[in-house]
Amino acid sequence: MFAEPPVNPDSGASSKESHAEPLVEIRDLCFRRGDQLIFADLNLDLPCGLVTAVMGPSGSGKTTLLKLITGQLKPDAGSIRVAGEEITRLDQQGLFRLRRRMGMLFQSSALLTDLSVFDNVAYPLREHTRLSPSLIRKLVLLKLEAVGLRGAWSLMPSELSGGMARRVALARAIALDPMMILYDEPFTGQDPISMGMLMALIRKLNDAARLTSILVSHDVQETLRIADWIYLIAEGRVLAQGTPAALTRDPSPWVRQFLDGLPDGPVHFHYPAPPLAKDLLGWG
Amino acid sequence: MGMTRTALMQLGTSVLAGLERLGRAHLLLLATLCASDEVLRRPRLVLEQVFNIGTLSLVIVGVSGLFVGMVLGLQGYTVLAKFGAAESLGILVAASLVRELGPVVTALLVAGRAGSALTAEIGLMKATEQLAALEMMAVDPIRRILAPRLLGGLISMPLLAAIFSAVGVVGGYFVGVGLLGVDAGAYWGQMQARIDVQEDLVNGVIKSLVFGLVVTSVALFQGYEAVPTAEGVSRATTRAVVQSALLVLGLDFILTALMFGGD
Amino acid sequence: MVKRGMLELLVGLFVSLGFVALFFLAMQVSNLSLNLDQGGYRLTARFGNVGSLRARAPVTMAGVRIGRVESIQFDQHTYEAVVVMRIDPQINAIPEDTIASILTAGLLGEQYIGLEPGSSPDFLQDGDEITHTQSALVLERMIGQFLFKKAGEG
Repeated sequence: MFAEPPVNPDSGASSKESHAEPLVEIRDLCFRRGDQLIFADLNLDLPCGLVTAVMGPSGSGKTTLLKLITGQLKPDAGSIRVAGEEITRLDQQGLFRLRRRMGMLFQSSALLTDLSVFDNVAYPLREHTRLSPSLIRKLVLLKLEAVGLRGAWSLMPSELSGGMARRVALARAIALDPMMILYDEPFTGQDPISMGMLMALIRKLNDAARLTSILVSHDVQETLRIADWIYLIAEGRVLAQGTPAALTRDPSPWVRQFLDGLPDGPVHFHYPAPPLAKDLLGWG
Repeated sequence: MGMTRTALMQLGTSVLAGLERLGRAHLLLLATLCASDEVLRRPRLVLEQVFNIGTLSLVIVGVSGLFVGMVLGLQGYTVLAKFGAAESLGILVAASLVRELGPVVTALLVAGRAGSALTAEIGLMKATEQLAALEMMAVDPIRRILAPRLLGGLISMPLLAAIFSAVGVVGGYFVGVGLLGVDAGAYWGQMQARIDVQEDLVNGVIKSLVFGLVVTSVALFQGYEAVPTAEGVSRATTRAVVQSALLVLGLDFILTALMFGGD
Repeated sequence: MVKRGMLELLVGLFVSLGFVALFFLAMQVSNLSLNLDQGGYRLTARFGNVGSLRARAPVTMAGVRIGRVESIQFDQHTYEAVVVMRIDPQINAIPEDTIASILTAGLLGEQYIGLEPGSSPDFLQDGDEITHTQSALVLERMIGQFLFKKAGEG
């Protein structure tokens, strides 16, 4: 169904690079919320310089995975190494040091509502650097130019459309020139035009700035087009992984159901329940 | 047997949950107080919060103080006149205001006006992932968001209470002296002879400092712990106002017993 | 969001209003203005019984307040109360044979010290003691004496 190759310009080169040292290394990760097991022995590698996508149905813990990688949550067992540092053993200072080298794009953009677009992008610069105001101004305008919103610098977040807010948030995420960007459901709720803009931006940033990107999404078409490597996760495990081309050819029923959006398959239409007849007759 | 057991278990569970919440509230308060050093480097953060909590509450506190003072003048006069002691009106108005009504009513008004706004603001920041975004930008939200607000509340509350009391004394003067004909000299003179700086005024300021801490920290905790949905934030806002009102009234009794109980 | 400058102005206004209110409460409503007169000089007096006299009670002469009680101690050798008074500095001609009595304002009111001037040409100096004193009237004792006298008459 997806015959043409991904729009990624150097997919040949990136498959060679995939053997490079992984930036993020997740081993035997276990995480439970209450009684619910979210991850059971999850193993995942995010190679340097690539766009890696993690896909799965809603509730499969994709956002939780990002929170674990950034140290906002602590796993119950297993190890997460980011740039050689064991996230699970860092204290707040260590985490903050590492997070200065990460950018994250939140699902809700998460712009600070009482600051203007300019001040939002300038925020991390003012917070973590001692640059002069004129230099900060230049940097902010450059970052805004990169996402195409230099003209909107004076607007307040409430005056932005959803797509613009997400691009401003992206400019803020790259303000400190991070080594890695994490995208949490970047395509949800976007119109086709801003979807296209975001896809182009993610790809462009990754290749131009030599970033490592991790993208969490359940938008199949968009993700297949921009990712270099895809993990499909469900029920706390990696069910399939591979390049977009390989996955579109994967015959396994689960992969087919997820990628093709079939209503019934290994993941059932019905929530687990006793037989209908028994439920209806049981209320005697 | 089974029913009793279940009921006891439920009771135990809710008591433990309550204690855990109380513990987390105190830990958050402690962390916020420890994080107040940031505020010294960026005094403008506190200035903004003194504006939000103090300046914006000025009108409601001033108007309430005026009316409370006028009512005290009117009611106090009718009671005192029966005993032929209308000249003591000044003492009655000033003592009630400076010792009790000033700190307590101001704290209740601030809980409704500013405390609820704080809870809603922090809760919304949580719901829209702004707090998480700050964390991801390696900025500690306790330092940047909570600490300035706590300090702003601590600074604003005694000043607001003093304004409430002062306006109230003047309101009592309007009614007592202006309308009911109490002698102006007696109103001020009796007041000055009986209201003590140490005993009444300083204790009143201590009370309002305690209430400032309670109202602000309850509001911040409820916002910080709010379930990050629209419904969760609105529930947290209600809880913040109810809890801080109850805490203020309960603490007022304890403080009054400690401060004035000996006499 | 309020503009820069405006914010500072409004906060400054609020804070100064707060301090004006505190100042008003301290000076106009409470007795700080009476306490400020830390100047003046000290006199002591010994009483057999001070009744319910308290520190900061007024010291008057001819009904006019000329100072206040600074402290009340108990002397366990003479079993008397030692009252230290602070007299305003401009009142510097109190005769040595002045009588200090503990009086009550009204029937049940606050107790204070009333000074009855004597006729000596020498005046009391800082640290001097008023030797002629009259203790507080204790209501119960007065009633007891009254009943006793009545019983004696009858």
